[in-house]
Amino acid sequence: MTGAPYVSVADLSRHFDISEPLLARLISGQKRRVLTAVDKVSFTIDKGQTYALVGESGSGKSTIARMIVGLETPDSGRIGIDGKTVFDEAGGQTQDAGLRQKLQMVFQSPYSSLNPRWRVGDILLEPIRAFRLIDDHDLQQARVRELLEQVGMSAQDATRYPHEFSGGQRQRISIARALASNPQFIVCDEPTSALDVSVQAQVLNLLKQLQRDLQLTYLFISHDMAVVRVMAHRIGVLKDGRLVEENAADELIDSPQDPYTRMLMDSTPRFAGGARRQDGSAPTFSSADGI
Amino acid sequence: MTAPLLEVTDLSVEFPLRRQRLQALDRISFTLQAGEVLGFVGESGAGKSLTGAAIMGLLEPPGHITGGSIRLNGRHIEKDASTARGREVGMIFQDPLTSLNPLRTVGDQLVETIQLHLGLSGEAAAARAVELLDEVGIDRSRINAYPHEFSGGMRQRIVIALALAPEPKLIIADEPTTALDVSIQAQVLALLRRLCKERGAAVILITHDMGVIAETTDRVAVLYAGRLVETGRTGEVIAAPRHPYTRGLMASTPNLDAVSVDTVLPQIPGSMPSLAALPTGCRFHPRCRDARPVCQGEAPDFENGVACHLYADAGRRAG
Repeated sequence: MTGAPYVSVADLSRHFDISEPLLARLISGQKRRVLTAVDKVSFTIDKGQTYALVGESGSGKSTIARMIVGLETPDSGRIGIDGKTVFDEAGGQTQDAGLRQKLQMVFQSPYSSLNPRWRVGDILLEPIRAFRLIDDHDLQQARVRELLEQVGMSAQDATRYPHEFSGGQRQRISIARALASNPQFIVCDEPTSALDVSVQAQVLNLLKQLQRDLQLTYLFISHDMAVVRVMAHRIGVLKDGRLVEENAADELIDSPQDPYTRMLMDSTPRFAGGARRQDGSAPTFSSADGI
Repeated sequence: MTAPLLEVTDLSVEFPLRRQRLQALDRISFTLQAGEVLGFVGESGAGKSLTGAAIMGLLEPPGHITGGSIRLNGRHIEKDASTARGREVGMIFQDPLTSLNPLRTVGDQLVETIQLHLGLSGEAAAARAVELLDEVGIDRSRINAYPHEFSGGMRQRIVIALALAPEPKLIIADEPTTALDVSIQAQVLALLRRLCKERGAAVILITHDMGVIAETTDRVAVLYAGRLVETGRTGEVIAAPRHPYTRGLMASTPNLDAVSVDTVLPQIPGSMPSLAALPTGCRFHPRCRDARPVCQGEAPDFENGVACHLYADAGRRAG
């Protein structure tokens, strides 16, 4: 690899205030309570590669994704994309449109992330208009057709509404919308967890093919070790807001070092695991079930 | 072979609408022995939850059973399942938070269920409730806690305790771990399996995850668009799936042991058809790699554990 990494995240932290309201605190004499959602997380992603953050609910993986795209403001740390600083403690968050255009996100639920009152064509045109990429109407329509075909849909679908499509097709539309601003970096937050397995395979293959064709860089968020294995060049394992282990995907899977990583892998259902689990034993991790 | 605990024969369910009648289940037949774990697997719209709802008598009107029979211990329950529901057949739903009453303590809910179905006195029921909490691995001191004070995995354990409270002969678990983290999923499934084996209760486990099927069930039934496409011993089906849909379903599931970043996952083209526009013949034929002209014209019979024209001539494995 030559040069600096495409995305660099250093000492990123985010706290949430989960205290009772002031009056309740005064009456009961409680102190403020702070939840550390993300605790000094650092990683880098090389251009054209996929970095996967894997962890269970509450591990902070979605908070990191939202901070990187700017939907959430970090408390401390630094985020750099393509050599430019997107966030640091002194300068705050940048609103540089040129940078924002290179950065897109695909959300988990294709049912809630598409405006039900807009036609697919208008959904795809929104980023194009927002960033003033194409002014000419005919060229705009041509771009919409091209985007739809790129994600395996037909040009006529532009005049239809989101509810006319299945979950897998809607997620293709979400991907097309993310591609509309010619991004270089896409954050995918559990893009297939709402989909059936046969459709999940279609969407994962599409994301990989687009990465090859367009040299895209991905941050891929998932709770599913097996899905992460298919997608990622590097994997970071998150637990309670902290990276417990990080390595190249092959090495992490072949020789997981942290007990939590091993537990996650053991818990992943496998076809060959039948005999092992059927005796009633289950992999356990002491604090996994919380209180 | 003793008489089966549950015998479902040619069960059909329809939803009559103004314009057309949607056939949601088409002649589903299977049997279940006491103490056995049977998995129903398929994607959204396959009819797996509907099969469970039909057995429980919980079909949403206008959906109703149009044919076939459901026999529990030899007794017909397809006309009125309410006599068996709760007492003989327990149900576990996907989301534990919506199946528990948020305004009452878990102890109250357990005691109510025990008193209603077993007719025990207050004290005996309270003692039984504590035992049940012990069995599902929840500290007995938390009997007076409310559902919101528990984590998702613990809530689902409480739901399991509630379902087991009347000592049912059959438990229907509809995606019991889909809302849970993988580490908790493994614990909850192992617990469900162990408790049912100990009591000789049969389980119908409804899931979309072939991996969960492989690790938890004794036998499996694969559904597609309201029809049974393959059944068999879980180990045999996993080792050698026969129906092209079962094969596709397994191949498209990412397998931690066999994939890498260079893998292109085998995918099934298209998606599950809508009930309003079912294909003719075999309902899987538009997505099937091995489809032949006959598949479009006539529906294959379910023979020797598989419904596919590829196997019409010689069935090799008994279902």
